Amino acid sequence: MILGRITGSVVSTIHHPVVEGRKLLVAERLDAGGRPTGGYVIAIDAIGAGFGETVLILDEGNGARQILDDSEAPVRSVVVGIVDEVELGAS
Amino acid sequence: MLLGRVIGTVVPATQVDELSATPLLWVQPLDRNGRPEGDPLVCADGTRMAGPGQVIYWVASREAALTLDPWFVPVDDAIVGLVDEVRIYPAKGSGR
Repeated sequence: MILGRITGSVVSTIHHPVVEGRKLLVAERLDAGGRPTGGYVIAIDAIGAGFGETVLILDEGNGARQILDDSEAPVRSVVVGIVDEVELGAS
Repeated sequence: MLLGRVIGTVVPATQVDELSATPLLWVQPLDRNGRPEGDPLVCADGTRMAGPGQVIYWVASREAALTLDPWFVPVDDAIVGLVDEVRIYPAKGSGR
């Protein structure tokens, strides 16, 4: 899983059926210091995450299909948690 | 999934049988602000409705094959949907 921060959403009317009724979120990827790496991912929202929240993103297809309960979903990235706090060890 | 813009259509003269019913489009990947990022790639069009100029979102690897019906086809990148709009929320003041 990866850490990301929600920066936007994608509006799409023509899409694969698995996207129907689901929200597509744009999340920037975060490095170990919580700063944006420059990368991003479009993930399906499974928990109701909102703008600015730091989230846990599952970035693996089989787990994503399990969460979406659809064995043929062409989806790899799903927002699966909202992060309260990331504690880094002594550095 | 990542954003991309369709920059052309690809029509193979010869192809493996499994790809014969699959529309192929040339796609330039985009960063989250809509600027080109990285090298263009050929995507199968799972929506069968994308065309040049269209902004789309696409997926790679095994998930790409799952966009198509029948799904067990040899593709590695595929379009999942067409983008109407990307809403970038306003940047927060201090935290960024």
